[in-house]
Amino acid sequence: MPVLYVNGKQVTLDDDPRTTLLDTLREHPNLTGTKKGCDHGQCGACTLLLDGRRVNSCLILAIQCEGSEVTTIEGLGQGEHLHPMQQAFVKHDGFQCGYCTPGQICSAVGMLEEVGNGEPSDVTGRGDVTLSRAEIQERMSGNLCRCGAYVNIVDAILDTADAHSLKNGGAAT
Amino acid sequence: MTNPASIGQPLDRVDGPLKVSGRATYAAEHAFDQPPLVGWIVEATIPAGRIKQLDTGAAESSTGVAAVLTHHNAAAQTPFGEPGDEGRFTQSRAMLFDDHIRYHGFPIALVIADTLANARHAAKLIKIRYEPDKDAVTTAGQEADEIPEELDGGMEPDLFQGDFEQAYNDAEVTLDVTYTTPNQAAAAMEPHAAIASFDGDELTVYMSVQLIGPAVKALATTLKFDPDKIRVLSPYIGGGFGSKLGVHNEAILACLGALHLKRPVKVVQHRRNVFHNAPHRGSSVQRIQLGASRDGKLQAIGHESFMPMARGYEFAEPTGAPARTTYRTDALKSTHRVKSIDMPVADSCRAPGHAIGSLAFESAIDEMAYQCDQDPLAFRLANMPDKDPSTGQPFASHDLAECLREGAEKFGWQSREQQPGNRSQGRQLIGYGVASTIRVNMLVPSKTRIRLSADGTLTAWADMTDIGTGTYTILTQIAADTMGLPADRINIELGDSRYPPSCGSGGSFGAASSGSALLDACENMRTKVLDIARAQSNKGDEPAENARFENGQVIWGNKTLLLTELLNKSGEAYLETEGEVEPGDDHDNYSQHSYGAQFAEVHVDRDTGEVRVQRLLGVFSAGRILNPKTARSQLLGGMVWGQSYALLEELMLDDRYGTFMNRDLAEYHLPVNRDMPAIDIHFRDEPDPRSNRLGSKGIGELSICGAGAAVANAVYHATGVRVRDFPVTLDKILEHLPE
Amino acid sequence: MKPFDYRRIQTVEEIGRDEPGQARFLAGGTNLIDLMKHEIEVPDRLLDISRLQLASIEDGENGGLRVGTLVTNTALASDPRVRKTWPLLSAALLSGATAQLRNRATTGGNLLQRTRCFYFYDTARPCNKRNRGEGCSAREGQNRIHAILGASDHCIATHPSDMAVAVVALDASLTLRAVDGSERELPVEELHRLPGDHPELDTVLAPDELILGVTLPAPPPGRQLYRKVRDRSSYAFALISVGVILHVVEGKVDSIRIAFGGVAHKPWRAHKAEAALLGQTATEANFRLAAEAELADAKGYGSNDFKIPLARRTLVATLRDAAHSEEEVPA
Repeated sequence: MPVLYVNGKQVTLDDDPRTTLLDTLREHPNLTGTKKGCDHGQCGACTLLLDGRRVNSCLILAIQCEGSEVTTIEGLGQGEHLHPMQQAFVKHDGFQCGYCTPGQICSAVGMLEEVGNGEPSDVTGRGDVTLSRAEIQERMSGNLCRCGAYVNIVDAILDTADAHSLKNGGAAT
Repeated sequence: MTNPASIGQPLDRVDGPLKVSGRATYAAEHAFDQPPLVGWIVEATIPAGRIKQLDTGAAESSTGVAAVLTHHNAAAQTPFGEPGDEGRFTQSRAMLFDDHIRYHGFPIALVIADTLANARHAAKLIKIRYEPDKDAVTTAGQEADEIPEELDGGMEPDLFQGDFEQAYNDAEVTLDVTYTTPNQAAAAMEPHAAIASFDGDELTVYMSVQLIGPAVKALATTLKFDPDKIRVLSPYIGGGFGSKLGVHNEAILACLGALHLKRPVKVVQHRRNVFHNAPHRGSSVQRIQLGASRDGKLQAIGHESFMPMARGYEFAEPTGAPARTTYRTDALKSTHRVKSIDMPVADSCRAPGHAIGSLAFESAIDEMAYQCDQDPLAFRLANMPDKDPSTGQPFASHDLAECLREGAEKFGWQSREQQPGNRSQGRQLIGYGVASTIRVNMLVPSKTRIRLSADGTLTAWADMTDIGTGTYTILTQIAADTMGLPADRINIELGDSRYPPSCGSGGSFGAASSGSALLDACENMRTKVLDIARAQSNKGDEPAENARFENGQVIWGNKTLLLTELLNKSGEAYLETEGEVEPGDDHDNYSQHSYGAQFAEVHVDRDTGEVRVQRLLGVFSAGRILNPKTARSQLLGGMVWGQSYALLEELMLDDRYGTFMNRDLAEYHLPVNRDMPAIDIHFRDEPDPRSNRLGSKGIGELSICGAGAAVANAVYHATGVRVRDFPVTLDKILEHLPE
Repeated sequence: MKPFDYRRIQTVEEIGRDEPGQARFLAGGTNLIDLMKHEIEVPDRLLDISRLQLASIEDGENGGLRVGTLVTNTALASDPRVRKTWPLLSAALLSGATAQLRNRATTGGNLLQRTRCFYFYDTARPCNKRNRGEGCSAREGQNRIHAILGASDHCIATHPSDMAVAVVALDASLTLRAVDGSERELPVEELHRLPGDHPELDTVLAPDELILGVTLPAPPPGRQLYRKVRDRSSYAFALISVGVILHVVEGKVDSIRIAFGGVAHKPWRAHKAEAALLGQTATEANFRLAAEAELADAKGYGSNDFKIPLARRTLVATLRDAAHSEEEVPA
């Protein structure tokens, strides 16, 4: 039976190749943290990390991920201890109804990795990538929030990035 | 040391850790011993008529299908909309009742299977033949001429003060303009979802619903069920914005499935369903007539609203509300007309009436200011009312003028160029806009029950909901503040129909109403505790007002008593009290509103007409601010909605079919993160004693009113182009921009 | 989704010749799975090609670049060679979709994505692209996002890709593999069709013909710019987009490439505008004449009439920006 690894644990896939990665998770008792907002790659609520990359899990068949490592919102943080990004979202009130939130957080974590890799965005231009407010806003535009918490989400991400950079001695913007 | 959980503190949301770790359970996520069956909704694709033939054989025998429900085999129900004298949230919402099609998107079958993939595929195998109604009507404009029975919120459809025609004709300066707003979707991020299970006796429904008590009644009425045998649970809701006030198709269909199969059935609306089957906000045509003296004093305000109404679903927005109450006038004409058409249901959407009424009205006021050759801010300030122009009632509080002045100063309004189109930077035209913000403030009956346990924890129960509004947190703070307990000793239990009936979430009345009920319960609890303290320590004549509840202790006279000790000594495992609130005379005798002033700076690209908002600033007066962190978030959200209404949102109706062609989140444009300007929010944090005992006022819908008009007015200021058809998309500006 | 047989292939030879039913190649899946959920695409077989060795970017001959079909949009846009030498391509890619989608979408898949026409997506409505002969619901309906050039009576859909506009402007070519194993080269400009009498055919590809890669020749000299006009600032398809490469020598247009997105069933190489500009002085008046020449036959269908002036204005603005820019890509 094909398997994939979700937050380090093995999950067996069902035998219907039509089952998406998103539905595989949501039908699993303890993995409903990843949300379905549109099921067609148009809102980002289903964002998680697949082999470290942020992706929309609704447009991926689970069978395509056989053997892959999936990190969901449940896999960030350790038990009762929240991941710094999660803490920052609480501190800055980066959510209201909370439905887009797991997707926002996974997306933000993936996004910081992309910035660290020097991957450009639509606002970067020809030079190096820096983590400005404008960069974060563009890079997080794949995660809709109808409650309108965007400004606070950016504050939470900047807070986390600053803390992270300071910790590693990198240059923050 | 201040309790970080007391009222007025920016306490982090108590449900925050759950939400950020994916452990908050939304409707579709509740676990069962056996996974529920999955229901897929099949929609009608004509606007009106009947089902002539429905062939479900191939679907029924498709892999994994447990049943296909249609009007042929669904359980008997009370007809849709009955009884007629019940409100629309408790009437029957029968589905699969007969062969009649109410609108494009109306459910005509439910395919129930073991997996979503099997249900969705089987649905494609259903063959349907229709008998379309040749006289179907799918659009409504200014020809609307039905007088609605009432407007949402209770305002009278028609209101006249003074002699409008005379005052308008006598005015030195007049304006007669017509604005339109499109059909709009609430588009909560969580699609409507329900899981229903029936154990032979009781029906349990996990739902995403704003009002729980009415949901039980609606289900009972629809399904001809004993309401005492129905339990509705909605502890976490992924956004409502009005579209989850009532019971909608997925909940009824899930119940029908569960009753039919005697197994739990889950129905999650597909996002394309949501655009049809969650109520939307109907389009409007608004004709506004203003008359003023040459020096800019308004003497006649006229507002006529024309909106569609879904046939058989009585609902009309009070679009004229801002025109009736914002500015001083002795002559007022305000009318509302609707037209019943064959369209998906229109019902309350965030700030009914005010949201789209302010878009048009505050734009027209802006036009009038320019026509009188006045600064739009000065024009507004010169026309402040001293009593409610529509009723003559005094205002409970009124500091709109202060909001405008304070906002103007903080925004830098004085640096604004007087004439439109006079400022640019590179290829960007720059403009500033202002709008008044006003939203009715309500208090609604609500009840709660609380228990203080001997271990020093306090639990409160109410069927109240938190739709992202912060209810769990606000109620924690009210209890913490009143009882002198830390937040982690307080449990707020919401969202279960077994709990005392509350006001639910809607109309911005949630915090004030459920909070006032909780305050009442806590005060009753204090009385009980003091009675025990009095008995235990013979403090017969010490006045109760002198007692302080702090840090889990009662400090009374020269004694400090631990709550836990008091309870243990008394032999009671716990104490329970109830609380409630009812609106009083202050809501009858005064005109109650929350206020604000909003300012916008926009850039408009000279070449393409693209509008990008640079800054939004709002000064808001909403009484006592219970939690500045969550309050600011509510206001942020509303401002984003307002900007979106001004520039982006439109359900594109194809009148041949009576449906909206952009039924998805790629083409129904909500703002994305990059659309955000710098947003600056200020509170005038002053308790309003006439609002309720907490001194707070409604915030949830406040900032959506006026934000859009501020943006639209800024677009005019930047370009000299006035667009009267919302949303103000680039094509509407482009034709007027020189090349 | 209609049930299908899923197979993950390790070599191109496994693409069978004689198997029954319709097959589709699955790479990232960001368009195909979307369409399969609606049962607009209904393959009997899905061939997952993601394990084929087609994900590298190699330096090509004469300063060119060979991009494997499985290179993700993110990888392609981020590649330092692409950013430096083909910034038009990087800019176009980054203007499209979202990071989540770009992390999955591939070069080949991006080219083969299908239209976003509302009626194509609404399976209850007649659509000649979904079912030839059914009729076109867009012509008399909501057509804000539809074509103004090259449409036919049967279809007014547009191709939504930004990347495709850039590669067409850059004169890229495709390497294709037919089901019998033979390979051919095809200019990207010839990949996509105009709808004509066969709107159901997006491209000229034969059944089961696989795109192996895209070859970018060394670009012509000049400033490369991509301008995308959309209703919101991100995560939106182009109403109009323009890719230009403009090289001005002593005030005259020495080299010019122009392509439009959002105007037609295919990325629109503006040959008429290029011809009108080449050798002319690089002035706004001449930019405007060139735009008018290209758009002379443009036609709107009611809700998209604005695209004609918008296309003209956007082209003029982009050429203006390219001409004024201090920095040019080194030849």
